[in-house]
Amino acid sequence: MKTYAYYPGCSLETMARSYHCSAVETARVLGLELQEIQDWNCCGATAYFHIDELLAYTLCARTLAIAERTGLDLVAPCAGCFKNLHSAADALRKDPDLAEHINEALAEDDLHLSGTTRVRHLIEVFVEDVGLEAIRARVTRSLRGLRVAPYYGCQVVRPQKTGEAAERVTFFEDLISALGATAVPYPARLRCCGGSLIATQREAALALVHDLLKSAVEQKAQVVATLCPLCQTNLEAYQGLVRRAYPDLPAVPVLYFTQVMGLALGISPRRLGIGRELVSAAQVVQFCRRGTAADSEHAPGEAARAGQAGEEGSRPLAAGRMR
Amino acid sequence: MAGPVSFTAEIRHALYALTPNPVEACIQCGTCSASCPLADFMDHSPRQLIAMIRAGQRRAVLASNTFWICASCYQCTVRCPAEIDVARMMYALKRYAIWRNQCEREAVTRDFSRRFMRMVVRTGRSWEPALAPAYLGRRGLRGVLDEARVAAGLLWHGRLPLWPRRIRRRQALRRVLRHIVPVGGRS
Repeated sequence: MKTYAYYPGCSLETMARSYHCSAVETARVLGLELQEIQDWNCCGATAYFHIDELLAYTLCARTLAIAERTGLDLVAPCAGCFKNLHSAADALRKDPDLAEHINEALAEDDLHLSGTTRVRHLIEVFVEDVGLEAIRARVTRSLRGLRVAPYYGCQVVRPQKTGEAAERVTFFEDLISALGATAVPYPARLRCCGGSLIATQREAALALVHDLLKSAVEQKAQVVATLCPLCQTNLEAYQGLVRRAYPDLPAVPVLYFTQVMGLALGISPRRLGIGRELVSAAQVVQFCRRGTAADSEHAPGEAARAGQAGEEGSRPLAAGRMR
Repeated sequence: MAGPVSFTAEIRHALYALTPNPVEACIQCGTCSASCPLADFMDHSPRQLIAMIRAGQRRAVLASNTFWICASCYQCTVRCPAEIDVARMMYALKRYAIWRNQCEREAVTRDFSRRFMRMVVRTGRSWEPALAPAYLGRRGLRGVLDEARVAAGLLWHGRLPLWPRRIRRRQALRRVLRHIVPVGGRS
């Protein structure tokens, strides 16, 4: 069993508790242990960087120094935490003077940073360390026909990748295909959800969220899968407000990618934290159950099966849209 | 005798940590503006803002909502052919405006960030309800009701903690932060 230093981040303790449950459960099934690091602190989100970049780096440095003691790769499921820790580690490696300055401060907490820790997002660990083949082999409940919109958001891809590399990522689609589901072509997959603007610039954020959901609906996605607790909150918890401003928009369930994975790996919805959504994901769960039943009926022709799955796939969503 | 520092020079200095420095390196191609998902909500597009800095339009730059609207999605940064970190430039301009005390119009964002900072210094972790006063009061009754609706939903589904979480070594964290600079440490 491979072990990782796990940094849940503040959201996973509160609004995104389901992300935490499903991350830990899914990792376990895939033979990974996520070992939470001791007494970690907030990564600074975006707000801290607005006011004081140096303090924001220091916040990240404390967590990095704690992680360093374990000698393990640091894994963050939150895209924002991942980006902050990753770019802070990067900046401190490139600027030894700054690192020294921050190390003097860290000494107040008996910590030291030498910059050896690799910071990674959870999906990266699943795709690179476990591997798509191994994941495919562990799928016990086929999601065949489930149309998933892979929503990358910003911080997992950018600014780590630049230029065309930032636009050409496909790891999320690949993962969804490995689970047996269909990754719909999702033009908005790399667009911004508005982040913390949902609090400070409400109208602008709601417009962005609307664009994202509309794009998913246009592709007949039954569920949007996210890599980030803030994206999930904006797209899901605030969906009611979005739909009030844009009444044509149907309800779209939004799940963490680990929840979708967990369903395919046969983990019970309850243990994945499904049921805490404000926009019900019951249809997705139901679809998975039916998917199992359809699969156990042996040997319907491939074409027939595809047709059946397609039909099953579109019906519940259409019902959802009527609401 | 050196005369007063021009606005353009001042901004160039404020952005000194950015390499390349946008004030010098921008080629005005507009890729950042075309990539920005929030450009429609901005007074000036990112490209225009850089042109305004170059033209020394201090008042117009500080009055612009552009850098306050930025959600830091980094689309501009990763696409810029001159390799300018435009998103980070927006951060720096926010800090500059706060330092100049010129952010009356967008005080919500400033206060939100300040509250966030104070909260983290105090507890080591983030706790959303502590941020609400920064923006709720300014959005009127309807805004408060909207927020209450979302909060009630989250609470009902066990997603809103009523009490902040704290790290164990709060004092040590505060000492660390105070060692860096004597701001943000007040509680």
